[in-house]
Amino acid sequence: MTRTPLRPLARILEARQNGENPDVIERENRRLRHEEIRDRLRLRAEGRLLVLAVMFVCAYGVVGARMGVLSASEPEEPRAQLTGASIVATRADITDRHGRILATNMSTHSLYAHPQQMVDPLRAAQQLAAIFPDIDADKLGARFTNPKTKFLWIKKKLSPEQLQAVHDIGEPGLLFGPREMRLYPNGAIAAHVLGGASFGDEGVHAAEVIGTAGIEKYFDAEMRDPARQGVPLTLSLDLTIQAATEEVLDAGMKLLNAKGAASVLMDIYTGEVIAIASLPDFDPNDRPRVPIAGEKAGDSPLFNRAVQGLYELGSTFKIFTASQALQLGLVHPQTVIDTSPPYEVLGFKVGEFQGKNYGKLTVEDVIVRSSNRGTAKLVMAIGRGRQKDFYENLGMFAPSPLEIVEARNAKPLIPERWTDLSAVTISYGHGISVSPLHLAAGYAMIANGGHVVQPTLLKQDGPRMGDKLLRDEVAEQARTMLRKVVIGQKGTASFAEVPGYRVGGKTGTAEKPKERGGGYHKDKVIATFASVFPTDAPRYALVVMLDEPVETSGSTPRRTAGWTAVPVAAEMITRIAPLLDLRPDYDTGQEKTLTTASD
Amino acid sequence: MRSVLFLLAAMAVITSGYWAYYENYRTKAELDNVDDLRRDIGAARERLAILRAEWAYLNRPDRLRDLAELNFDRLGLLPLRPDQFGSIDQVAYPQPLALDLTKPVDVTSAGATNP
Repeated sequence: MTRTPLRPLARILEARQNGENPDVIERENRRLRHEEIRDRLRLRAEGRLLVLAVMFVCAYGVVGARMGVLSASEPEEPRAQLTGASIVATRADITDRHGRILATNMSTHSLYAHPQQMVDPLRAAQQLAAIFPDIDADKLGARFTNPKTKFLWIKKKLSPEQLQAVHDIGEPGLLFGPREMRLYPNGAIAAHVLGGASFGDEGVHAAEVIGTAGIEKYFDAEMRDPARQGVPLTLSLDLTIQAATEEVLDAGMKLLNAKGAASVLMDIYTGEVIAIASLPDFDPNDRPRVPIAGEKAGDSPLFNRAVQGLYELGSTFKIFTASQALQLGLVHPQTVIDTSPPYEVLGFKVGEFQGKNYGKLTVEDVIVRSSNRGTAKLVMAIGRGRQKDFYENLGMFAPSPLEIVEARNAKPLIPERWTDLSAVTISYGHGISVSPLHLAAGYAMIANGGHVVQPTLLKQDGPRMGDKLLRDEVAEQARTMLRKVVIGQKGTASFAEVPGYRVGGKTGTAEKPKERGGGYHKDKVIATFASVFPTDAPRYALVVMLDEPVETSGSTPRRTAGWTAVPVAAEMITRIAPLLDLRPDYDTGQEKTLTTASD
Repeated sequence: MRSVLFLLAAMAVITSGYWAYYENYRTKAELDNVDDLRRDIGAARERLAILRAEWAYLNRPDRLRDLAELNFDRLGLLPLRPDQFGSIDQVAYPQPLALDLTKPVDVTSAGATNP
């Protein structure tokens, strides 16, 4: 840049010659210079402003463009992430205690139609009717050709063969959607525990599988939780033992002409239910419909007799009365009680089975012979308040905590006012209706030394024993009494002897109350056998119950539990005890029948 | 000196650009690979579930019981009974191998130098 001098000598001299003021030239030049400087600075400032404006436009443009992209783009999972396990979105399996599958999922397809995309709707309807016998070709054709129909479901589940057959129709308007289907591979085994499942919200691409009954409904939310990552739900059931139980129970039910049967096998220390059966049963893959009004819910195969069924279980309750009397120190097993008639409480005559008179009996024999008057006298000594507390602590007043939805509504029926008369009838198992599961929990309490156990269907790691209701020696004495019911000469359960397993138990035969009230049926009974085995080192409690059994091999039909439930229970123990890894022991636990030479 | 620096910087830009381009495509390829693997895992899991279900279905107690009854002549299978428990002292010790005496071996000292 050439700098113009403020006072150029040539012009100054010229101005001086002309007599002008040379300062004017300097001022003029200074003005020009300042103008030049001002223009330059302005230009620079304008340039900077422009750059700044461009920067701002770019920055906001980027922000705006990014927002636009974000709002317009499809949501997409991040592809590069360090998760090892991908989410398992299927419902968790259910397995037995050894990991054998009881319920699992199968992927299958559903079939739906878009009639507007169809080439030949009537032909498609006819071909579909040929594949699926339950489809009516004319009706389906009418729906296909209805212009208002844009979408319709045809089948919820397809087998692979049906899928191929529908595919072979070649109709573009017939479409398949993926489906998860709940499968119970073992059929009817443990049906009442598993319950069943069906579809909840359905879409074209997926449908949610929801539990409709049993443990499927109880743990529905847990099993659907994706955070579970498909870890199976492990039950306490043993598939083999459950199958054997159901087989024996079914044979027994048919042989004894019973209309229903139930059994519960429970681990006495953990409360785990190893096998629980109720017959008749059903296939959870094809769950029968719920009984409608007018049908008896109790006769539906859906009815779970072992959990929902509340029955007066009769003399099986006597052991509770006897063990409470022992616990309170009122009697000793050898204390003699006079059971001769007459004996009245509040004007109610306490009678015996078939009007028998057992005379003077020890407490032990009251159980062995099953004397109503004996237990009535015991409970009068105990007092009704203490008896009520005992049953309440035993959990006989509340619905069983078993993890199936049906258990919640099965609240035992107990008298509203616990009078002396109710105390007497309840002492031998009448006037109180509980489920066979409650009874099994009660016998587990006696077997494990007096600890209350909560029945559970989930596999446990160790014993879960609650309050102690009986002293160890009282529980021992009660077990001895139960053992004598089986091996005693006058015992009511002599058929229950299984060599090697030292079974102890108590029979109960209770006449069924008439549905409309007013007394009891003479020829309809609930026969129950509640047992523990082996009595010298107890491990399991087993309850077998038959609904209206009758044994017809003799001249008169026999309905007592000793002739019906007991043989079934014995056969069951013979079958399942080896499966439970119980080695028979033929040496211990037999009644000491040795007689010395001097006798 | 200055031009050398410019040249080096330009080369560095080109190299890093090429590297970034290359890595970008490699990453995308790896992600595609991971997606494929995930899909394979999903398919394998589904197949496994079906095989498990099939295994459970084929081993359902009802079917095994029917098969045992059908093949009773050949297999003679019955439910386990308590009297089938044995104790260890009922198991015999293995018999020592008996010497085979049916083929005698001739022993001779013919040709021996020392008595």
